[in-house]
Amino acid sequence: MPMLVSFCEWLENTPVGMFISGSTWAFPTIESIHVFFLVVVVGTIAIVDLRLLGVASRNRSVSQLSNDVLPITWGAFLGALTTGALLFSSKATHYLGNWPFRIKMLLLLLAGLNMLIFHFLTYRDVHKWDDRSITPGAARIAGALSLLFWIAVVGFGRWIGFTVR
Amino acid sequence: MLAEVAKFCDWLSLTPISMLFQTVEWIIPAVQSVHILAIAIVMSSVIMVDLRLMGLMGHSQSISGMTRRFIPWVWWSLVVLLLTGLILITAEPRRDLLNPVFQAKMVLLVVAIVVTAVFQEIVRRNMEFWDLSPSRRAGALATAVLSLLVWTAIVGCGRWIAYVEHG
Repeated sequence: MPMLVSFCEWLENTPVGMFISGSTWAFPTIESIHVFFLVVVVGTIAIVDLRLLGVASRNRSVSQLSNDVLPITWGAFLGALTTGALLFSSKATHYLGNWPFRIKMLLLLLAGLNMLIFHFLTYRDVHKWDDRSITPGAARIAGALSLLFWIAVVGFGRWIGFTVR
Repeated sequence: MLAEVAKFCDWLSLTPISMLFQTVEWIIPAVQSVHILAIAIVMSSVIMVDLRLMGLMGHSQSISGMTRRFIPWVWWSLVVLLLTGLILITAEPRRDLLNPVFQAKMVLLVVAIVVTAVFQEIVRRNMEFWDLSPSRRAGALATAVLSLLVWTAIVGCGRWIAYVEHG
């Protein structure tokens, strides 16, 4: 923890961190770009999740849909990560101590873990259930958890703005 | 005109329902979160259709198939956006109605709705419309670029409302 605090203190005092916190337009601009990328991340992940849950895109195979959608998701995630890091650098110590921020980071970790488990275990035999509208239980659980985690990420993300000082 | 809007804002912000939204602390963040989730559905649906129109992805599905899969979600999400938006306006009328960025956002929204509705109607009448000639393929590209630009500007305005001085 002390290492994390001193890292955040250093980050706030880098030219980038100081520029963003000192400028009137930099933070809102980067934040708008962050919102754009994050809605694309959440929305495109939801498209795959709803297919896994058998709610939408049932006429398309899971692998085909994933191959169409997930490159967009990854591109947008990279954008959200970069802009998020820039926003963080402007008030790093404040975010570090902010509970909604901490919970959001934990939820991102859980969403990533859920995705890894799905990708390396459940998805391995996708050829057996690719075209079925009812997917195996493990895939449905992964889809439901993913939706839940990402909805919560948005909620806690918005909450940061109301609580960080 | 502006004075009347200001008067309406002051009246609205003193109604019991507005006062309730103002005093219960979790209402605004929660409603904003739902608003953002609905934007996520709109943006990703629009991106799916537009990237397909531009020929950048999804060749395994037709333009009309893509339209039928995603555009209805845009309309349903817009209903959610309208309702949550109305709650946010009721909670803080001056912050929105007297805000030039909010006004710009509403103009852009009308443009986006018209572009999306016209596009959907064209595809409904003739499923192959966009593939019939090179000039129509150019039209598809232009429609997709316009749609992406307008929706992205709407998201940007939405966030900037919070940062602009208002009456």
